[in-house]
Amino acid sequence: MKKHYLPILFFLAIMPIFFIGLDRDKSVLPSPLIGKKIPEFSLPSLVNSELQIDSSELLNNTFLFNVWATWCVGCLEEHDFLMKLSESNEIPIVGLNWRDNHNDALAWLRDYGNPYTIIAEDVSGRVAIDWGVYGAPESFLVNSNGIIIHKHLGPLDDDIWERDFRAIINDAN
Amino acid sequence: MFPEIGHFALILALVVSLCQGSVSFYGAAKQNKDLITLTRPLAHTQSLFVLIAFTCLVYSFVSDDFSVLYVANNSQLALPLLFKVSAVWGAHEGSLLLWVLILSTWTTLVCLFSKNLPDIFSSRVIGVLGFLNFGFILFTLFTSNPFERIFPSPLDGNDLNPLLQDIGLAIHPPLLYVGYVGFAVAYAFAISAMLSEKLDKNWAKWTRPWTTAAWLFLTIGIALGSWWAYYELGWGGWWFWDPVENASFMPWLIGTALIHSLAVTEKRGVFISWTLLLSVSAFSLSLLGTFLVRSGILISVHAFATDPERGLFILIFLISVIGGALLLYAKKASDLDKKVGFGAVSRETFLLLNNVLLVIATILILLGTLAPLVLEVFNMGKISIGAPWFEIAMLVPMIPLLILVTMGMHSLWIKDSSFNLYKKLRSPLGIATLVGIVIPTVFYGRSGLLLLIGSIISIWIIISSLLSLRSSWKGNQGRFHINRSVAGMSIAHLGLGVFVFGVTIVSSFGVETDRGFSIGDQISVAGYEYKLNSIESVKGPNYVAIEADISVFDGSELISHLKPQKRTYLVQKSPMTEAAILAKWNKDLFVALGDSLGNDSWSIRIQYKPMVRWIWLGCLIMALGGLIAISDKRYRR
Repeated sequence: MKKHYLPILFFLAIMPIFFIGLDRDKSVLPSPLIGKKIPEFSLPSLVNSELQIDSSELLNNTFLFNVWATWCVGCLEEHDFLMKLSESNEIPIVGLNWRDNHNDALAWLRDYGNPYTIIAEDVSGRVAIDWGVYGAPESFLVNSNGIIIHKHLGPLDDDIWERDFRAIINDAN
Repeated sequence: MFPEIGHFALILALVVSLCQGSVSFYGAAKQNKDLITLTRPLAHTQSLFVLIAFTCLVYSFVSDDFSVLYVANNSQLALPLLFKVSAVWGAHEGSLLLWVLILSTWTTLVCLFSKNLPDIFSSRVIGVLGFLNFGFILFTLFTSNPFERIFPSPLDGNDLNPLLQDIGLAIHPPLLYVGYVGFAVAYAFAISAMLSEKLDKNWAKWTRPWTTAAWLFLTIGIALGSWWAYYELGWGGWWFWDPVENASFMPWLIGTALIHSLAVTEKRGVFISWTLLLSVSAFSLSLLGTFLVRSGILISVHAFATDPERGLFILIFLISVIGGALLLYAKKASDLDKKVGFGAVSRETFLLLNNVLLVIATILILLGTLAPLVLEVFNMGKISIGAPWFEIAMLVPMIPLLILVTMGMHSLWIKDSSFNLYKKLRSPLGIATLVGIVIPTVFYGRSGLLLLIGSIISIWIIISSLLSLRSSWKGNQGRFHINRSVAGMSIAHLGLGVFVFGVTIVSSFGVETDRGFSIGDQISVAGYEYKLNSIESVKGPNYVAIEADISVFDGSELISHLKPQKRTYLVQKSPMTEAAILAKWNKDLFVALGDSLGNDSWSIRIQYKPMVRWIWLGCLIMALGGLIAISDKRYRR
């Protein structure tokens, strides 16, 4: 009689493991870069190819580092938000144009607007590898000492900004 | 407009599936004829709406409607038409809709072919299927809607994952899902049986063809997946013990156990509660495996985009479907077991041992798959359990299981004598021992303990299956009669023998080697000469590739030109390896192009895989056996 309860007991015993396993939120991948200095780079500017952007010039200011490309649908999705953010002058946005076609990228900025203070052009994708980029869009929050304090995978929007970024920025200032 | 029609049809299907479930159950409980009569039309209506929804999604893909987010993420203008269609199930949302479509197709078939069953029984079966589909559609609509729009819509899509741009992957998931979801039918039959006032072995006869059908699709689906991994991933292995593969193998093992225990239950009326438990377990494992991977709880190369909200929904759904069934089982099963005697040497005993060993194998795989998760949850560090552990662990149940196959096939029901069995099996075993030793030592020039065990057992199974197949033919005054159940069973076991033989030979004598080649270089691997003639760029519809031209010589005779490619897909920029394979019945010569080593030198992987085709051939023969068994006349009465 009792033995027929064994399957349900076994099942109930393993379910909690799944619930705990579920709690490990994998959308916030703990980047080993958080708390570290930004990886150094020197890349041409997308808008003005004669100009070289050096990572050391970015310091002394809290900024948002946003990885984007024209082939990325998620980037288009977050573009409106980035435009709004840039108009609010809340924080400078540094763009990394990742493995993209130069002319497509310029056309994109012309068509949809340019929210970025400066944009570095990473044609080979080397710099993105240093930053541990999985896929576009990805955004990093960097404080005035050049330390990465937050990383977000996927498109940004108002809710995410309010929830994950604003408090950290206020702390950082 | 079509995405909205699809979306709306799916919402209607949700509502109708809920009606289908409630009306069937309420009707069965009240024994209300009118309500019971209503269940089939409701089920058909539900299936029709799901079909409309699915067709709309296919249309969105084929017509390149990138205003649909899911299409924009998984298709592209230049994608060939076939892959635009298969892209429908290329990611989470669409594959879930495919799952729903397949479940409603099974439901329709059950409605059509269950008219000779008692009304209340079939009504509950259809009801359970309705509730299941309600759960899946709810999940689709609330967490994974494939019809979601994006504005402004992109001019071109993000392309289908290049790994999935392959004919093997176009048909492998649907077949696998047909198998997984098919076990839902066995599950529904078991639930309905447990709710019946009077449960007898008839239920086993009714559910058998459905179970075998699900099993045969699962067999083909898994074999196709293995074949795809073999040539597309460029590693040359055929099974990797990845969590997703394990997730398909566990229900297969339990499904196999179920087929065997159903045979006993139908014939002899024993093991009823055990068979019910297996029916519930086969579908539970299908769900558990598939959805654990979906939820991102287990990490796998196959994992789809993860989302904690989905995971929570999945877990709640799993608890209701599996937990509910097991609770019902706990309450009802104890009344079911009848005392029916059988001898220590009898077919019943062998089938019982078969079940025990298959369940042990399943539990070992479950442990191996979940152990890393458990350790992480309890903060005991991250470990990964890989192929070496599984390969050794599987030998424990598998060797005895394979030895028992022939005995089970040739023993009698109720009571047999060891001497009788020994008389029947000794000459096949003698021949098998001889052939099993000669083949590896003479043709491949090596022997070893595991190798000889594998080759002797597999040949023993092949010979015994052929003998058993012959016994299924009865000549009576020039008129032949074939017992299709016996013939199907024999052919399925023949397939098993072929499979084991392939595995044994390829794992003992396969050669894998990575070499650096410059143009003009010639290298010898396992008796064949490989010469790199040239490396060129070629262009495909949505990719560019570097293609090597390699001549293969057997001695001095040129036997083939192999042209492996390394592709770069234009949109996703991801590199893909397309291996070139010279496939013969008794061996594969496999060449894959690796990375450039600079100075016009390339890394090339060459593999010699003897008898590897027998692995998939064996699976196909097993499935064919299942098909023949289903066609037995007694299921159509």
